[in-house]
Amino acid sequence: MKVKVISRSTDEFTRERSQDLQRVFRNFDPSLRTQEKAVEYVRALNAAKLDKIFARPFIGAMDGHRDSIKCMAKNPNYLKAIFSGSDDGDIRLWDLASRRTVCRFPGQQGAVQGLTVSTDGSVLVSCGSDCTVRLWNVPDANLADLDSLSDNSAKPLAVYVWKNAFRAVDHQWDGELFATAGAQVDIWNHNRSQPVNTFDWGTDTTISVRFNPGEPNVLATSANDRSITLYDLRMSSPARKVIMRTKTNSIAWNPMEPMNFTAANEDCNCYSYDARKLDEAKCVHKDHVSAVMDIDFSPTGREFVTGSYDRTVRIFQYIGGHSQEVYHTKRMQRVFCVKYSCDGSYVISGSDDTNLRLWKAKASEQLGVVLPREKKKQEYLEAVKNRYKHLPEVKRIVRHRHLPKPIYKAANLRRTMIEAERRKEQRRKAHSAPGSIVTESIRKRRIIKEVE
Amino acid sequence: MTMGATQENGDDEMDQKVKKYLRGEAANLEGLKDKKLKGQLAVREELYGKSAKAAAKIEKWLLPSEGGYLEAEGIEKTWRIKQESIAREVDILSSRSQYDIVLPELGPYTLDFTSNGRYMAAAGRKGHLAIVDMKTLNLIKEIQVRETVRDVVYLHNELFFAAAQKKYPYIYNRDGTELHCLKEHGAVLRLQFLKNHFLLASINKFGQLHYQDVTMGEMVGNFRTGLGCTDVMQVNPFNGVVALGHSSGTVTMWKPTSAAPLVKMLCHPGPLSSLAFHPNGHLMATSGKEKKIKIWDLRKFEVIQTLPGNAKTLNFSQKGLLAAGTGSFIQILADFSGSQNYSRYMTHSMAKGYQVGKVLFRPYEDVLGIGHSMGWSSILIPGSGEPNFDSWVANPFETSKQRREKEVHSLLDKLPPETIMLDPTKVGTVRAARKKEKPTKEEREAEMEAAVEAAKDTDFKKKTKGRNKPSKRAKKRKEIIDRAKRPLLEQRIEEQEMSRKKRKTNAETEMPKSLQRFVRQKAT
Repeated sequence: MKVKVISRSTDEFTRERSQDLQRVFRNFDPSLRTQEKAVEYVRALNAAKLDKIFARPFIGAMDGHRDSIKCMAKNPNYLKAIFSGSDDGDIRLWDLASRRTVCRFPGQQGAVQGLTVSTDGSVLVSCGSDCTVRLWNVPDANLADLDSLSDNSAKPLAVYVWKNAFRAVDHQWDGELFATAGAQVDIWNHNRSQPVNTFDWGTDTTISVRFNPGEPNVLATSANDRSITLYDLRMSSPARKVIMRTKTNSIAWNPMEPMNFTAANEDCNCYSYDARKLDEAKCVHKDHVSAVMDIDFSPTGREFVTGSYDRTVRIFQYIGGHSQEVYHTKRMQRVFCVKYSCDGSYVISGSDDTNLRLWKAKASEQLGVVLPREKKKQEYLEAVKNRYKHLPEVKRIVRHRHLPKPIYKAANLRRTMIEAERRKEQRRKAHSAPGSIVTESIRKRRIIKEVE
Repeated sequence: MTMGATQENGDDEMDQKVKKYLRGEAANLEGLKDKKLKGQLAVREELYGKSAKAAAKIEKWLLPSEGGYLEAEGIEKTWRIKQESIAREVDILSSRSQYDIVLPELGPYTLDFTSNGRYMAAAGRKGHLAIVDMKTLNLIKEIQVRETVRDVVYLHNELFFAAAQKKYPYIYNRDGTELHCLKEHGAVLRLQFLKNHFLLASINKFGQLHYQDVTMGEMVGNFRTGLGCTDVMQVNPFNGVVALGHSSGTVTMWKPTSAAPLVKMLCHPGPLSSLAFHPNGHLMATSGKEKKIKIWDLRKFEVIQTLPGNAKTLNFSQKGLLAAGTGSFIQILADFSGSQNYSRYMTHSMAKGYQVGKVLFRPYEDVLGIGHSMGWSSILIPGSGEPNFDSWVANPFETSKQRREKEVHSLLDKLPPETIMLDPTKVGTVRAARKKEKPTKEEREAEMEAAVEAAKDTDFKKKTKGRNKPSKRAKKRKEIIDRAKRPLLEQRIEEQEMSRKKRKTNAETEMPKSLQRFVRQKAT
């Protein structure tokens, strides 16, 4: 007869010396684990609760400006720095780690309307309502660390004066050109004191401009006539235009999918478009209760942050119809500009109350060095929470966010109004000949027309 | 072409393994119209497929140990092979697992193993409690409680065990210190511990079932079974339901959140003598006093197989072998083809005076522990234990630090008693919508009219001899119509009362705090 019995020698299954790690053996057979789904559910519930316990997104406020902050720029080469410009012409370079001003750039008379940094991080361009464009030398990062206590001032590289006040500026990616928005869209070169090219379509002022990260010659602008226009620098005339029902305050291109951009609109929504097909929005992001002032994408291309006139900052998923996170503070007033940090972990908001605020992008994230075991555990908890987040108990905890009372009430009011409108539309449809009333999806409804 | 054939077989094997790890069928994405959702689900399904393939590969190549087996050669039959001949063929370490401990004065012994198979608690009827470390065959502690002990069970690890003594069950420490006396349970006949829920279930002399949470000490449920005194109780490890076998031949299955049993099935024409569950949760073996062992499929509640045999005690091993013990004879049944057709695999006869009380397979080892009237024994059954353990589920080589960590983790993952249900995979799924709807007002009136019309249509018997007066006829007609209307009216009144009660309870919960003490408490 042939016989074999399980026999385990202790040496194989225990460690040799006390310096060694304990041995771990795995068997993934599902029959060894009973009631897996219930255990996962309990873990998801605990993970949701722990998430809420550790959700402390606010890191600090940067004080210094004396008037409301209208624009910010991030240096693509240096993570720790951010530039901000305010309504009294004060431009500052901040160090995010110590939350202090490193350098000031005095000289702009009147409000600073736009700030941008060239792709190599050496030149800062600012434009304002005093009809000037100023170019500054960005101080070297290492030197800046040493002198972070004293307020350094820098002298401008160049000052170009032009015909009318400017509303926004953006720099080309990997190029030498930058574009300003004002009465028309001007394309400038660093070395020329006059714009190299001018685009004009329509009679209204252009209020924001953004270059495409993937295609350096394409830019998107938004104007006061409620339109979004796409220009190509290689052609002498503008490419495409879409007119919406309300004005777009700001545009941001998705860095991972450069054919898509998201527009922050005055009617409290953000609309994501595919630049090749502008007749329908790809996604509508709703949740703000007042005009959305600024928008910026995360470098992963999966999230974007918006700042709105209703004193909140919201973080959305790039395909999500509703916001994932909402940040607010009693002291933060109207938010005019937001930026996502270049490593995707922080969000900076500049608001009416002269402060820049630094927030965590993921509210319950552990900052600092995370051990690999901790990281794995956190990823697991995140995954198990996402698997069960539609079940009522877990959903209630995951969705819960405290909102200030005015915003809560405004949101309820908006909801009632939209519901009422929808009900009336349904009744109109029910009482008329079938097919005579056609409901348009919201992705199309807000667009009036597309123009070539 | 043999290479092709073997490759095909290998592929089939891998497919089987992959199926095991997939945990069900993939979702059908054809009917979805939402493209975003369809895309997300397709990505998910692909990931599940990949992880199932990886797990199947790990099972094929990376597991450290192989299972035991016993194969007979020639005309030899496996059930004639004796334990002595097995002991000669295996290594010394395994042959040490074969022994008999003779303790004749202290009564029939019952056993329990911890979930990693390392420690054993033995209890003699006359009050002898002993804890033994099975790796080193070291007696850790033995105490004499000087009372009848009917059952012993380990709690979540080797530090705590519960003994069902004469009047109440007690919980003891590893050092033999008495920690708790559970007075509410009464004179308990059998104890069972539900691992994932930390619930101690007991059945007492009056047929009352108690569930107690051993972490908080809270009594989660106590029910009167109403079916008399019984000492046949087993917990189904797959879904956590407790099954009781009664003297009427019925098996009832219970969960802690309901006073009525989940399932009541008639298994045997006479009283049940024992019950056992297969670790996969789909098979149940029952034996009755009429000397038959039946194997049931719990998904359809049907008998798969009936075997002749008297079995005072039954137990399934991790690999699906069934041990049945009666008198001084033990037989092991196995299904070789995987088609749930059990046949004789091994047998073992003990010395004449030994009456088998309990058979229990040791987890993760090819060993069967037998508690009998003269002590306890252990024999080798090749192929009964799971060869590869998972350190994070049950680790036979656990250090004290690992044990402490595991305790904390299992407490964090403690399941609430509501998760006990017949089909544990239902957690997180969508509940089917209620099909029956309440009839609307018009429907109800229409129903009543129809009933009245039907009543009016009846013909009356023509009475003679002065009994056929018109007034009496009219009265009779009215009576019939009222009788037709009555059940519908009663239904309506019932519904109104229910809605009034609901409104009342809602109103009661809104009372201010100072008046809460006057709110009528609902009897639980």
